[in-house]
Amino acid sequence: MRMTDLGWLGRLGIEALPLYSWVAVGGALVTVGAGAAVLLGLTISRQWGNFWSGWVTSLDHKRIGVMYIVLALIMLIRGFVDAIMIRLQQAIALNSEGYLPPEHFDQIFSSHGTIMIFFMAMPFMTGLINIIVPLQIGARDVAFPLLNSISFWLTASGAGLVLISLVIGRFSTAGWTGYPPYSGVEFTPGVGVDYWIWAVIISGVGTTMSGINFIVTILRKRAPGMKLMLMPMFVWTALCSSILMVFAFPALTVVTAMLSLDRTFGFHFFTNDAGGEAMNYMNLFWIWGHPEVYILILPAFGIFSEVVSTFSSKRLFGYPSLVYATAVIAILSFTVWLHHFFTMGAGANVNAVFGIATMVIGVPTGVKVFDWLFTMFRGRIRFETPILWTLSFMVLFVIGGMTGVLLAIPPVNFTTHNTTFLVAHFHNMIIPGVLFGYLAGYMYWFPKVFGFRLERKWGVWSFWLWTIGFMLAFLPLYWTGLRGMPRRMETYANAEWQPFLVLTFVGACLILCGIICLALQLWASVSKRSQLVDTTGDPWDARTLEWMTSSPPPVYNFAALPVVSERDAFHVAKQNGTHLKLEFDDSDIHLPRNSMIGVILGGASFCIGFGMIWYMWWLALLGLSATIAVIILRSFREDTEYSVSSQQIAFDVAERQGAQ
Amino acid sequence: MKIKGFEGTVAMIERDLMLTAFGLMLLVVVPVIVLTLVFAWRYRATNTNAAYSPDWGGSPLLESFIWGVPAVLIIGLGTMVWKSTHRLDPYSPIPSDVAATRIQAVAYDWKWLFIYPDLGIATVDEMAFPQDRPLAFQITSEVGLNSFMIRHLGGQIYAMAGMETQLHLWADETGKFEGRNMQYSGEGFSNQTFDALALSTEDFDAWVAKVRDASLTLNADARKELMKPSVSGPVVYYKDVTAGLFETILDTYSNCHGDLDGICG
Amino acid sequence: MTTEVSREDNLPNEAEFGFWLYLMSDAILFGLIFATYVVMVNNTAGGPTGDDLFSLNNLTIQTVLLLTSTLTIALGHQAAVSKNAGSAIFWLVVTCVLGAGFLAFELRELNDMVAREAGPGRSGFLTSFFTLVGTHGLHVTAGLLWALTMIAQLAIKGPTPPVASRLLRLTLFWHFLDIVWIGVFSVIYLPGLMG
Repeated sequence: MRMTDLGWLGRLGIEALPLYSWVAVGGALVTVGAGAAVLLGLTISRQWGNFWSGWVTSLDHKRIGVMYIVLALIMLIRGFVDAIMIRLQQAIALNSEGYLPPEHFDQIFSSHGTIMIFFMAMPFMTGLINIIVPLQIGARDVAFPLLNSISFWLTASGAGLVLISLVIGRFSTAGWTGYPPYSGVEFTPGVGVDYWIWAVIISGVGTTMSGINFIVTILRKRAPGMKLMLMPMFVWTALCSSILMVFAFPALTVVTAMLSLDRTFGFHFFTNDAGGEAMNYMNLFWIWGHPEVYILILPAFGIFSEVVSTFSSKRLFGYPSLVYATAVIAILSFTVWLHHFFTMGAGANVNAVFGIATMVIGVPTGVKVFDWLFTMFRGRIRFETPILWTLSFMVLFVIGGMTGVLLAIPPVNFTTHNTTFLVAHFHNMIIPGVLFGYLAGYMYWFPKVFGFRLERKWGVWSFWLWTIGFMLAFLPLYWTGLRGMPRRMETYANAEWQPFLVLTFVGACLILCGIICLALQLWASVSKRSQLVDTTGDPWDARTLEWMTSSPPPVYNFAALPVVSERDAFHVAKQNGTHLKLEFDDSDIHLPRNSMIGVILGGASFCIGFGMIWYMWWLALLGLSATIAVIILRSFREDTEYSVSSQQIAFDVAERQGAQ
Repeated sequence: MKIKGFEGTVAMIERDLMLTAFGLMLLVVVPVIVLTLVFAWRYRATNTNAAYSPDWGGSPLLESFIWGVPAVLIIGLGTMVWKSTHRLDPYSPIPSDVAATRIQAVAYDWKWLFIYPDLGIATVDEMAFPQDRPLAFQITSEVGLNSFMIRHLGGQIYAMAGMETQLHLWADETGKFEGRNMQYSGEGFSNQTFDALALSTEDFDAWVAKVRDASLTLNADARKELMKPSVSGPVVYYKDVTAGLFETILDTYSNCHGDLDGICG
Repeated sequence: MTTEVSREDNLPNEAEFGFWLYLMSDAILFGLIFATYVVMVNNTAGGPTGDDLFSLNNLTIQTVLLLTSTLTIALGHQAAVSKNAGSAIFWLVVTCVLGAGFLAFELRELNDMVAREAGPGRSGFLTSFFTLVGTHGLHVTAGLLWALTMIAQLAIKGPTPPVASRLLRLTLFWHFLDIVWIGVFSVIYLPGLMG
């Protein structure tokens, strides 16, 4: 097919509809139905105006953060549906085709991984950092509010491409890592890999910009007196994670763009023929991919640090150790990428060096676990939901850490690489490590954002179901991996594996119940919000600055900026029965006006992606031209801010004191 | 016949290594799990009898212990990594008085071709070798990335077009083992297995004779046939192989293919 | 203890810091493409090598144009800082002409190669060559659009602090592209021409 011969619709035609199986049709109908239901709901309740001005165009970091988390939760459900479909297939596919043909099964595990990493974990983390970091450092917003909105809409646009691939065309079958030469046109000529590439590139650009935004915010906008070593742990981890975003994500952008050039324009970066170098893909991909693991988990470590200290009613143990451990992990994360392909035959010296480097990361990570342990020691632990997730994390994470060290021994890796042992290991790091951390953060900071707590009962249920479900779903996979089961098997002939795979399916069902409990918790809490309301702004008797302002915080966060002279300054002031020193000034507060630039650029980049995927060149060019035009026009605007008058602020403060 | 340090199979040595490392780590992991649960229970808010030191945030002694214990453990494990990685390097031949059985394996969608360069025969999806004699594999791929593994005998190594990887194994008993591609490579991946037969010397000779009885020859046409994707195809025997075919296959995808200037050396 | 500076004073400062971070990120992007080129430089697949393709004349002209433009844009920025909008616009126009000249020669060279059946689809070597040179060229194109925007802003708004800040960032960007070009020159052309 020569691309110049194509019409307006490129290679898009009626055969793009997912009529190849009932399961695929069902997925498409659910996607379209859910989208329609949201649009209808907004129309019926006449919320379009609020939705547009309160959310879509808002540059308030708290609202952008909430949108990130809503996106993450939606994608969590989508990614989980993929997961439970994989588990069902493997539970029944002994010597049979199960209920999914290979090509469809391959799409499902590819979209599962892609969604969970790029469109669940990343937005969840970015959302939490967005909401909390400015509040914790006593700032009124992030450094670049418009850039923040653009980042969000680029992420949403990438997620949109993944979602629409369910309805128009197919998704990649090349796995979330997209290894060539298989992911090249020679082996996978359809649109699937292109969907994957463009979803990843677009959201990756958004993430790079988020990283820049957070670094400048943290280094330039801290409250007066907040030196680096006085910052809360979550801010430290967000800083290290952001630095990794800025330095690691270019590798992902480069490698996916190169794959796209190969596929679309006949380049030869990774092809088997004409001097392509497929191994270069693996190097570039994991130069991003390994730091990415730490991009995700460092902020979760920060959340655990905040939570364990708050709910143990005790100072965080070994704060300097935790800071240095975080920084060391961030640096070392760039030195271990080769452990993802020990089996490439790089030679014993190279393999041994990367194996040892990998293990060295175990030291600072171990230090962190001990520091949390000794924070609980001689504390007064209140078993609210956030610390339940933390305890579960500490117990399960050391198991995952242990299997990680085993995988880092090259000769052991030769036997376990590409098996379900590896699958169990990285889920063991990412579910208890990353997701439990974000869920702890979600339950911990929810009252700050919405002014009422999440009720405890369904939260506890969800915690138990997730914890037990995780153990059932993944511990058996360690065993099947040791018994030689490769990952990504659509069908298998080894009856010995089946009981374990059935067990993992049961585990997935428990996790499903855990997700339902999360939804019920949200529903019950919204219904009973008057009983759960937090008028103090500090429902957990916590320690850091975000709890000093009201819940929810005013749009400007702090009427007067706090002056910080020690760690946990808010807590210390409470102990002494005093208030934190505030820096009053009578001038007005300037805040960014709403802007539709973010959503326009998100839409334009969606057009670029969709156009490139389907060879609709005019659409891609249109998107690109719109992007350039909008950026240039915006640079002429001067009136990008509005002021909140000091009288208004004084009024707000008085009203809040009246409410207490 | 036993070779010092290579009793059993490579797989068994790799398993023992894993168990040793596992045991060492349990020394730290079990206390952490137990302490987490004990501390959580003992210092629950309702237990007002327990000590409470809200402002205790550091202790130089404890912190050096916290950094020291994992560091010592990792130094121990790191030493183990260095030694074992060199000893179990898949590229180093198994020391032996007997010449190794040489096999050249090529990955296709979704099957394996085995060429016996010393015997001038080849097979698809079935390979045999005499027990108690080292095995020396040269491995490549004519399609995407594959990973070659006979789990009963030892670990895996990638098969990549234009690249040759090596694997050295050893079977100390006769038997029929499953070998397969471990690296996902598309629709037929799940069924991309082959039989690895460890035979006595007599049985192996009989097997070679059986292959030589076949009618097919592995030449350029047969290679084209192999390039067509197939799932769970039959076992195929080739009585004869075009000399240097493995090198030809490697060269087809080599980055220096057609290199007239000799840049690649 | 630091004292809080009002947001407006801080903004250019933050924007410049953020822009430095962007440049570092972009430097990594180029670094990885350079590394890829070095990995693939010998993968000629029987096609032409650098010796066969590169022309010293073209390279010299391109380099002179770009290095001169880095001087003229610095002069433009200096003029804007000293509030001389007219002079700033003049130097920016000169910069644009030089930059466009650079691109014209680059396009001519690449077109010429495609015409000689040495396009990016010919071999791994040419794939990485076109990508590296093309990525640099696209950056120069973006810089040109930005410079044209700055000319318009200087004309309409004059050298106000936000305009001067943007011009400073453009200047940094342009210098950065020069440094990358020196990399391209040393890694691609010198070995090719001397080889």
